[in-house]
Amino acid sequence: MSENKKSILSAGLILAVIAAICTSLVALTFSVTKARIVANEQAWLEQSLKPALAGVQYDNNLAESVMTISLPHELPGNEPVLVYRALFENEPVAALFVVTALDGFSGPIRLLVGIDRGGIVTATRVLRHRETPGLGDFIDSSKSDWIDQFERKSLSSPDVLHWSLRRDGGQFDQVTGASITSRAVVKAIKETLIYFEANRDSIFEAQ
Amino acid sequence: MSTGNSIRKALWDENPGLVQLLGLCPLLAVTSTFVNGLGLGIATIVVLTCSNMLVSATRRWLRAEIRIPIYVLIIASLVTCIELLFKAYFPALDRSLGIFIPLIVTNCAIVARAETFASKNRVIPSVIDGIGMGAGFALLLCAIGAFRELLGHGTILSRLDMLFGGDPIGGLVILDNPFLLAILPPGAFFSLALAVAAKKVIDRRRQRAAGFRLSI
Repeated sequence: MSENKKSILSAGLILAVIAAICTSLVALTFSVTKARIVANEQAWLEQSLKPALAGVQYDNNLAESVMTISLPHELPGNEPVLVYRALFENEPVAALFVVTALDGFSGPIRLLVGIDRGGIVTATRVLRHRETPGLGDFIDSSKSDWIDQFERKSLSSPDVLHWSLRRDGGQFDQVTGASITSRAVVKAIKETLIYFEANRDSIFEAQ
Repeated sequence: MSTGNSIRKALWDENPGLVQLLGLCPLLAVTSTFVNGLGLGIATIVVLTCSNMLVSATRRWLRAEIRIPIYVLIIASLVTCIELLFKAYFPALDRSLGIFIPLIVTNCAIVARAETFASKNRVIPSVIDGIGMGAGFALLLCAIGAFRELLGHGTILSRLDMLFGGDPIGGLVILDNPFLLAILPPGAFFSLALAVAAKKVIDRRRQRAAGFRLSI
């Protein structure tokens, strides 16, 4: 075998050995941390869904009662929507929509909208957003209680025509200097409520 | 080179962030609070120390033509392990740092140390170099994080619970009307510029104190 060939072979061998060692290191860490990571994700999901079910009594594991509304749909956003259903003694009591408002000031706003059987909003929470810190982040419940104004609202109170910001002739408070952000959130919640009214039975009956 | 000397060099004279200006992408992006800076700083120290150790330990097999793929393999596996460990033990911090944990792979300070130091030195000096350079980077992350958090959020040491567990900590509120720009991207550039300038001023003062005069 020529010198050149030998050198290529040994280089390949060294690479293979080091790759095998590195891969086993990652595999080992993965198997050690796997259970904890799954548990953390479950806890995080539960913890982020719970606030949107304020005042609702339920006894099921939300992560197990989830359905996907695939495209095309009339909900806000351009991706499939996850709906978590809260059950109490196997009777559906509320639905949680994970929708996306695309018309925020800087990027999509991911919203969690909880609606009970009667079409009344239990609570809404912003899961993820990229609005300007200090200006548009009032929609985050940890920054201000603005998002709480939607609690106990439905399409009949206020009526559909007034489901908008005060400056647009509606009922909801806007934040000065951030009306684009406020408007996007209000619109997304309204569209979710309209969708819920039209599809209530299919959402609650599907198993 | 003595240990003290090389640590001093890593922390101050050749600080990877302040002097070599390496790893600016994570440095500018995550330093909006102190705890983010500290979290990424610790992750960087661990990766840099381990990668220096492994590169140095395998240096006799590191042939010139395959050294870069080997650095990439070692650094990428270490970062994946760190990411998994963060997800398992500091989930809140992992969510807050987001993509910047996996992106430690692309922190050029790490490859730079592997290439210029660890591949030419014994294991123990390489480990010391890794700790020193990592700490130099981490200290800068913490300093800029604390500075921006104080100005932009008006708090000190908020959300330390993400690293140490327990109930959410609001931190000490110092300013009631925070200066928003500090936590926006331009604030990161201004803060880094101020830090680099401050280091130059301190160095120059020291030189003068030592009786050193620039000949004109």
